Amino acid sequence: MASDDIAPVKKPFRWHILVFLLPATAVYTVVMIFPLLSTLYQAFFSQTWAFVGLGNFEQLFGDPRLSASFWNALRNNVWFFIIHMLVQNPIGILLAALLSNPRLRLRGFYRTVFFIPTILSFVIVGFVWKLILSPTWGVTSGMLKSIGLGFLFQPWLGKEEYALTTLALISNWQFIGIPMMLIYAALLSIPDEVLEAAECDGITGWSQFWKIQLPLVLPAIGIVSILTFVGNFNAFDLVYAAQGAQAGPNFSTDLLGTLLYRTFFGYQLQLGDRALGSTIAAVMFLIILAGVCIYLFGIQTRLRRYQM
Amino acid sequence: MGPGLRRGDTERGESTMSKATYSPGRAIAAHAVLIAYTVVALFPVFVIIINSFKSRKAIFGSPLSLPFGDAFSLVGYETVFKRGDFLLYFQNSLVVTVAALFFVLLFGAMAAFALSEYRFRGNTLTGLYLALGIMIPIRLGTVAILQLMVASGLANTLWALILVYTAQGLPLSIFILSEFMRTVSDDLKNAGRIDGMNEYKIFFRLVLPLVRPAMATVAVFTMIPIWNDLWFPLILAPSEATKTVTLGAQMFIGQFQTDWNGVLSALALAIVPVLVLYLIFSRQLIRGITSGAVK
Repeated sequence: MASDDIAPVKKPFRWHILVFLLPATAVYTVVMIFPLLSTLYQAFFSQTWAFVGLGNFEQLFGDPRLSASFWNALRNNVWFFIIHMLVQNPIGILLAALLSNPRLRLRGFYRTVFFIPTILSFVIVGFVWKLILSPTWGVTSGMLKSIGLGFLFQPWLGKEEYALTTLALISNWQFIGIPMMLIYAALLSIPDEVLEAAECDGITGWSQFWKIQLPLVLPAIGIVSILTFVGNFNAFDLVYAAQGAQAGPNFSTDLLGTLLYRTFFGYQLQLGDRALGSTIAAVMFLIILAGVCIYLFGIQTRLRRYQM
Repeated sequence: MGPGLRRGDTERGESTMSKATYSPGRAIAAHAVLIAYTVVALFPVFVIIINSFKSRKAIFGSPLSLPFGDAFSLVGYETVFKRGDFLLYFQNSLVVTVAALFFVLLFGAMAAFALSEYRFRGNTLTGLYLALGIMIPIRLGTVAILQLMVASGLANTLWALILVYTAQGLPLSIFILSEFMRTVSDDLKNAGRIDGMNEYKIFFRLVLPLVRPAMATVAVFTMIPIWNDLWFPLILAPSEATKTVTLGAQMFIGQFQTDWNGVLSALALAIVPVLVLYLIFSRQLIRGITSGAVK
């Protein structure tokens, strides 16, 4: 066997490579890639397996009721993503920046605690917040009253105009650990010499963060953004756990994931529709693919990387 | 242990090089922000756990007080153990998570070894093909996955979940593990070859023990989403016998909406196992992230 890598001229077929690759590739292909392709393929067929070309897409975008619910879900999903980018990621970066200071005591404690919400399941997170924000229980309204802000309280999850934003903020609370950790890791990998040089030039504190550290961790922020995008555009569980498959009130928290679930499985009197479900999955696939391509070719290649 | 493996482990806190001026005022401000966020992060968990030990009256009367004296009651836990088959759900979750984790680690490490160790035609292409799954969520194939599981008779069995989670976990694990395997010294492997070890022995006896820290990191990353998933248990295995803890808790809560004692206890029961596991493994998880595996 030793001859394998040393004498590349007269190699026998290296079976072991196949043996090493086969199990992973087989499971991955059969359970993930094949169903993905099959779902995309089924988007071109009717419920009765007749080929309909783009008929399902025409129905999805042409039928007034269907297209209204699709655009509603897409709009909600975009807003959901915007809140994550505006709230979750900046707070994550701030926490990471504070934690990356080598003089800070209790760093390990804070890191561990900030990641706890991330390990909880959506069922727990959805319900915990539903209970805490519930007007029946009155935890939130009680706390607001005790600091004289009782008039601010609203049943946020129950009102159409607030429910989606509230859910997005709950999701931020849950996942803040991920941007924090990734940015923290990137900040730690900045060599000390760079920071010392900055200090010699009198750049310290916040200006050091803005001028030196932030530009150096931009690639990590890019990765965090694309992970957020992919995660948000197939989100389902939190809405399902907190508001149910109906994504109430009045579909105001409907995301593409919950729409896919309802369309494929049906709800109340509406029967499940495999063809339309596949069509929505195909549209979601295109949206995610477009986002990933924009990131890979438009953003990632333009981010300046520094050899550190 | 390869010298490359440990490099990232030393955090800057342990080095003495940085001499930043760090005034006590700034330290206090930093701690103020961090403590405020600690409260935000822990408050919901705290509220659930204390209230799960209270009587119904105390839950509503004073939601934020500690469960002492009259307020203390285990009635919620009694309901959960009487009405829900939580031991079975727990066992299902454990079987699914451990089995999927085993396959992800074994198959993932094997594929990562093939990709990082050998030069062969199609290596880069295979690597890219396997990495696709990092960006494209497996959920989008749900329609066909359900058809596949029904056709193969695996619907409503734990195998359906194990297979799906194995496929879901493989791309990231192959990606991370192959990065780590590149740091294992070539001299060591070649010495093994000269001693007459075949490629399988080199993988199992030399390389696998060396990448154990990376495997632990991958294990934690893979485990959390599997344990917490709601989508696939709901769609592929919703039967009473195959419910996972996450789905079981969701169903229980749905049924017992108004029984607050039961709901709060079910939530506390679902939190505690993950929390304990996390506290045990958190060092490993954080070390894995900060050692650069995921950058």
